[in-house]
This record gives sequence, C-alpha cells and structure tokens, in this order.
Amino acid sequence: MLLRHTSKEVKVREGLTINPAKTCQPIGAMYAALGIHGCLPHSHGSQGCCSYHRSTLTRHYKEPVMAATSSFTEGASVFGGQANLLAAIDTIFAVYDPDIIAVHSTCLSETIGDDLQQITKKAKDDGKIPEGKYVIYASTPSFIGSHVTGYSNMVAGMATQFAESTGVKKSQYNIIAGWMEPSDMREIKRLAKVMGINIVLFPDTSDVLDAPQTGKHVFYPKGGTTVEELKSSGDSIASLALGSISAEPAAIALEKKCKVPFETLDIPIGLTATDRFIMGISKVAGVTVPDEITADRGRLVDVMCDMEQYLHGKRVALFGDPDQILPLTEFLLDLGMKPVHIVSGTPGQKFEKQMRQLLDERSPETNFKSGLQADMFLLHQWMKNDPVDLLIGNTYGKYMARDEDIPFIRFGFPILDRIGHSYFPNVGYGGSLRLLEKILNVIMDRQDRDALEEKFELVM
Amino acid sequence: MKRAAPAGHGNNCSSSPEERHKGSKGEEIPQQYFKGMAMDRIGILEGRERQVLEKNSGVAQADIACDTSSLSGSVSQRACVFCGSRVVLYPVADAIHLVHGPIGCAAYTWDIRGAVSSGPELHRLSFSTDLQEMDVIYGGEKKLYKSLIELIEQYKPKAAFIYSTCIVGLIGDDIEAVCKKVARETGIPVLPVHSEGFKGTKKDGYKAACHALMKLIGTGSTEDISKYSINILGEFNLAGEAWIIRQYYEKMGIEVVATLTGDGRIDAVRRAHGATLNVVQCSGSMTWLAKEMEEKYGIPYIRVSYFGIEDMSKSLYDVAVKFPDRPDIMEAAKQIVSEEVKTLYPSLQKFKKALTGKKAAIYVGGAFKTFSLIKALRSIGMSVVLAGSQTGNKDDYARLKEMCDEGTVIVDDSNPVELSKFILEKGADLLIGGVKERPIAFKLGIGFCDHNHERKIPLAGFIGMYNFALEVYQSVMSPVWQFAPRKGGSL
Repeated sequence: MLLRHTSKEVKVREGLTINPAKTCQPIGAMYAALGIHGCLPHSHGSQGCCSYHRSTLTRHYKEPVMAATSSFTEGASVFGGQANLLAAIDTIFAVYDPDIIAVHSTCLSETIGDDLQQITKKAKDDGKIPEGKYVIYASTPSFIGSHVTGYSNMVAGMATQFAESTGVKKSQYNIIAGWMEPSDMREIKRLAKVMGINIVLFPDTSDVLDAPQTGKHVFYPKGGTTVEELKSSGDSIASLALGSISAEPAAIALEKKCKVPFETLDIPIGLTATDRFIMGISKVAGVTVPDEITADRGRLVDVMCDMEQYLHGKRVALFGDPDQILPLTEFLLDLGMKPVHIVSGTPGQKFEKQMRQLLDERSPETNFKSGLQADMFLLHQWMKNDPVDLLIGNTYGKYMARDEDIPFIRFGFPILDRIGHSYFPNVGYGGSLRLLEKILNVIMDRQDRDALEEKFELVM
Repeated sequence: MKRAAPAGHGNNCSSSPEERHKGSKGEEIPQQYFKGMAMDRIGILEGRERQVLEKNSGVAQADIACDTSSLSGSVSQRACVFCGSRVVLYPVADAIHLVHGPIGCAAYTWDIRGAVSSGPELHRLSFSTDLQEMDVIYGGEKKLYKSLIELIEQYKPKAAFIYSTCIVGLIGDDIEAVCKKVARETGIPVLPVHSEGFKGTKKDGYKAACHALMKLIGTGSTEDISKYSINILGEFNLAGEAWIIRQYYEKMGIEVVATLTGDGRIDAVRRAHGATLNVVQCSGSMTWLAKEMEEKYGIPYIRVSYFGIEDMSKSLYDVAVKFPDRPDIMEAAKQIVSEEVKTLYPSLQKFKKALTGKKAAIYVGGAFKTFSLIKALRSIGMSVVLAGSQTGNKDDYARLKEMCDEGTVIVDDSNPVELSKFILEKGADLLIGGVKERPIAFKLGIGFCDHNHERKIPLAGFIGMYNFALEVYQSVMSPVWQFAPRKGGSL
C-alpha cells in the first residue's frame, strides 16, 4: 500500500509538512476571480504558478480555465515586476479583451516588494486601462494562510474596489459566497428566489465552471457576477456573508466603505446551518419562509429520522477548509455520528475558536488541529491509533481510505478523480439530503460487503 | 485600439483575414461559433507571429522562433523551472523529494505523474518546508535542516533531493551548505536542485535535475556490469512503460543498468556510468545528461523514441548496431520486431479503416514526441493538421516542418485561443495534448488523447501502439460527439 510509509507513532515535527491539507493563496484568488463575469485572472509571478493553478482547477472542474501570467524572469525578480505587469495589462486588453483583469500576487512578487495597488494605479494613470474596463488586485502571498486566505482576499478586493454607494438604497441584499462550488452558488440563488428576495451573489462561478457543451471554447462564459452588480452591492440593504474565514472580510470591507450592515453565517451545509441561513434571510429581509422550503426541510428531517439507526455512533475522520468543515461537523453531530479526528491546514484563530466551541459543547474528546503541520500525515497517524468508520475529505484522502480500508466520501477541494461536485450542491436542505445519501450509501455498502452470508439483508 | 495581429501567420501569412473563418475544406464556419469566444477579435498575440507557421513549400519561409520566454500577459500552457526539475526526478522512488518553499509548489506536484514503481513509493508523498512569513524574513535554512533530519529519520531513504523554489532564490538560503551538513550527519547523499521557478524555462529545470543526477552517477560500483549494457534515459515509466521497453532490451541479451528515472533507484543511478551506451528517449529532458556522461565517462548516446511501430523498431535496431561483435543481439532484435509486428499489424487494421481521413492536432511538451506521433497517426490513416510543442528548439521545428504535410500549422508555446482557432479552421477530429488541453477539445466537441502525465495506459512499445490506436479510435469514434452542436447535434 502506498501509505505503508505512515508510522503509527506521532512525533512532534518542527519544520516538516507531509501530505498537506491545504495549498497556497493564489489558486484561491484565481478561483474567486473566475466568479466575475468577463474577468481574466492574472497571476503576477513565475509561469509555473499560473500553470499549476490552471491545471488543478481544470482537473477539479473538467473545464477549460483561462488565466494569464506575468511570466517572471530573472531580470524581473531583480528589478521588480512592474514592467512585466504593465506589459501584461497591455497585452491582455489588446488580445484577450476581458472586461476585467483580476491580478493576484505570488510569493515571488511579494518578496521582491511589488506593490499591486501602486502598479495598477500607474496603469490607470498611464492610460493602459481602456474606457469601461477594470483592473482589480489582491495581495496573496503564498507564505501566509492558505488557498482559502487567497479566496477571501480576492473577494474582499471585489468589495473594496467595485462597491459604490450612490446614497439611494436598492431593494436588494448581498450574499457573499464563501468558498463553495458552482452548484452551491446556483442553489443559493435558487433559494433566494424562492424566498422572494433580490440578491447580488458574489463571486458566482455557476455558468462559468459548469458550462454546457456548446461546440465552442468560450473564453468568457456567460456566468459570473457582473460589474454592475458588484458596483451596486454598495447600495444593498444588507449583506449576508457565508463563512467567517472566506466571506466575512468582504462583508466587513463593504460595511466600512458603503455602510452596508452585515451578518455572518455558516455556509448552509447540513440541517442546522441551513436553518440559520433561511432564518437569516427571513429576519434580514422580513420575509416569511415559503411552504416549499419548509417541505424541503421536512424531507431532510424525515430521512434523518428514517435512517438514524445506521448512523448513530459511527466514527468519522474529516479534513478540509474551515468554512466547509465547521458546518459539516455540526451536521455529523446532528446525525448522531462521531467526528473523531478533524484536520485543516488553514491556520486562523477565529476558526480554531469556533471549532473548539462546537466540539467543547458536543464532542470534547475529538482530536482537532489546524494550521502548521496539521496535515494528512498527522490525520493518518491519528486514524491508525484510533480507527474510524468513515473518512471525509478531498481526493487526496483516497490513499488513507485505501490503506485503512474504510469508506470514503469526497468533499472539498480539490476533487480530481470524480465528477458531481460542480453539478450537485451540498448546501441547503436538498444539498444536505444528497450529502446524507452519500454518507448512507458508503456506510450501507460497507455493511453489505462485510456481512456474513446469513446476515446479508435484503431490506435495510 | 486593438493591436491584435490578423489571424494570419506573420510574414508567411497564407490566409487573408476573409478566409479566417473557413474550415479545412474551405467550407464556411458559421459566424455564431465565434460569438462569445472573441475569436473574431483575437488573433495571434503580437510578438508571437514568428512562433506560428503554416507550412507552405511554395514560398521561402523563415525559421520558427522558439527557445524564447513567454510574453507577459499571455495565457501560456507552459510551466516553470521547478516543474521541469520535479517531473524529471519525481520517479526516483527510494529517495525523498523535499520542496523547500511555501506550500503550493509541493501541493501541486503531489503524485500528479503516473510514474509507477515496482517497490518503494516514497516519491508519491508530498514533503514541504511550508515556509511562512517569518521564514521569508529570517531565512529558511534552520527549517530546512530540521525538516531534512526529521524526514530522513522517519523514512530512511537512499538519498534526498531538495528543490529550491522562487523565494528561496531570493531570500538567499545557502542550500548547498545545509545539504552538505545533513549528508555528513546522516551518511546519505543530499542533493540540492536549483530549480527556482523564475530562473529560466522548464528546460532549465530539466538541466538542474540532470545536474543533481550527475552528482550521483559515478559513486557506485560498476563491477559485474556486462559489456553489452545500456542506460535508458528520459523514460519515466508512466503507466509502466519502462518495464515494457526494458523487457525488449533484456530479451535481446542487453543489460539495462539504470533507467533514468522511471522506476528509479538511487543505487542504479550511482552505477549508471558502467553502461556501454546511453539510449535517450525524452531528448528534451535528458540530452544534456547524455552529453555530460559522454564527456566524463566516454559513454556514447543515441536518440530514440518508443512511440509507433517504426520508431519502436528502430530504437531496438539502433542499439543492436552498437554491438557489432554480437550478431545474436541484432538477430534477437529482428525476431522481437517481426513477432510483435505480426500480431500488432493486423490488429491495427480495424482502427485504420475507421480512422482513415480523420485529422489530428498535436500539442505536447517536447518536439521529439511530435515526430513519433505524426508517424504513428499516419500508420492508422490519420493526418496531422496542427503540430506544436511547448519547448521545441530550432532543429526540432526544422525537422517538424520537413515531416509535416502541406498546410499543417506549426506552433511553439501556444495558447488556448490559438489552439482552438486552428482546430476549428483545420477541422481536426482529435487533439493530443495534456491536462490543460483536454477540456478545450471536449468543449469543441472533438476526441482527445492524453500523451502527457495523465496517460492511463502504456503508449510506448509495440503494445503501446495498439493501446494508442485503441484510445484514439475510442475517442474519435465515440457516439457522444454527434450530440455536440458543432457536429450538427444542436437542438
């Protein structure tokens, strides 16, 4: 087995990360920028960064992913990357003709001290940005935080650099999407519609990274939040930020710049997080919850009740990104399952506090670590010492699941070996029902596989 | 003002702007195909005209420009120095590969290449020093040292490769010193790989990797190595290809000392200088090493390719010729070829029948592979309408031009816009490329074959030719394309 190299004995490591449960900031910024309509993400760094991010996103979505790069050379890293970025802006508008270029930095450009704010301002002053076009930026050094931080920074950048306040409020609400899939964003929009409120959702990668086959290679697919929508977010009545790590900074920026009040909620994964989301909309917008949604909720609760016997006490290990695994952990607890080990490579005191609080109340004995050295090697060691019935996490979990011979559900980013995440949401009551179905399927398949012949059941 | 060059091909432009939207048979491609695609407004990047060429024997044509770095602001399909080093050394399975830098470089290169091992699999794990802001300010040498000690204690590897990433080059960590210290303390070779991403192109990364290998070669015993022996260079054992090739040579009575680096082992690398001949398959990555070994150890080298019947057979004969005092080796080679072809040839005919007249576009990493692919495709009835690579050199492109049919478009360091434009214009039915090209082919509604890291079945060797033909056949002839709008399946 591949991971036979993993030893059971857990030793404190001071420097080394083995099998990371995170990646670097720029890819998050690139993903977020793809959620703006007509936007070409731009990586201000070496060619490899852009290539790796595009490859990973392509593998995850099975869609073409377009992004440009400053193509740093040795000269640029000595004299600064300003000339490269200015040349790139020229080239991009002349040839690829986007509405927006969203520049993010890399460890290289940050270390040499390139100031994106100053360079993009210079581009504007020098008349390099055509009328009606935009260049926005986010600072995303790879040596701070994780891919989630990069996403968060780019989304906050959208708010600070686009939102305008005209003084006249519009009858609309902002929903700031934490890191979620295009399918989830589509579902959020559907739920808002059913609730009867107008929203500006940003970013929005639906119809960008789940585009239909049309016989064309479309450089700028039809989806994405438009510039008009982003500008108008400053006139919205209020914002709902979904995710305190990946979405809240944008809501704070909007409040600061345009005085739009906000509330931060979890990404609505699972029953209780979806309850809070629906009630949050209801409260903020003063709308009643339609019967359709109440019925959806009822169906989810019905299945939870019908199947509780298969879930109770089942032990789970999970890893992933803060804003996703927090509500997921809550859902598992609601189902009567036992999250035994939890790991996230993304550092952050806020997340640490939230997760601790949830676990202290409901599952104090759970192993939990985030940040440095909170990697899959550690998780695997924990699993060897204290085995589980189910593993939930991104594609890389498949090694551990195979090695330990336990059921595995793909959840999070990246998923390189299955489809579905782009098309079927995990959010809302419907999405949670699908997640529940997946959990039940793998657990019951395993029960069938392991059952003695005389105990092999037809009706379950 | 739009400064995009017209869609022609530089000075040698053979198609006027009006002809731009014509298909290969001159049929009009309806304008709506270009809507939203900006293809009617996107031409070839200014400054890139000389990296694109349409073969036109009627007129004198300038050489294609290559070996250049990509233009700032282009949506290039290329990668960096680090990527080059990482892919070359990756298959060495009993060494640890520690990426010194922020987490991304290690995360994106974690087990992305299907280079299989018959034994240890240390290469499939991801090790990083995960540099943080404080390390960038105060230096990462201590962290590197600690990480190495922890790693070597944990895994007891045969050697360690330490890859420098962009910022390591900037903050000035003395990696050589750390490596020396650790080597002294642990007793295993600890080899720095100078692969800072911005210091050149992917090719420079290959060279940095070869540099590290060169330090290992010559440190092992050459006792008991046969006079009739070779090293296989530039074969990475994707989907087990090196095993197939090795078997052929062994059947001929030749000893394979080391495969660099497929199913690689440190001890084998260390004694590679004992071989009589170097056989270089992926020339882009390994020619430098072959030349070094020739200079230092007097080992001659030949360039071969294991793709397609013609080149595969030739790569056996070319080796046999080098051992004239053993005619049985040539006899064995002939025997293998005749046996293999006897079964392979008939099995290809059903594919050929179906694929004759179909057109292919090729965009791969190295140009040498392109040569073989053109021949292989021809042997199953297909023609090549677009041929390009990320890293070909001047000689490669000259040869490519010679090989290609009239009207074939030849590109260096292309981008998605160009690729889709030429695929549509030339009416290709198949694209051969890598990870970033795959969804483009599928969005356009044509077949695809991964001839890069993500190949799932061996494409090298005689069996590989069968697999290749089968994969091309299955993709091109799939019934799903009939539902794609471009093939008339729109609602």
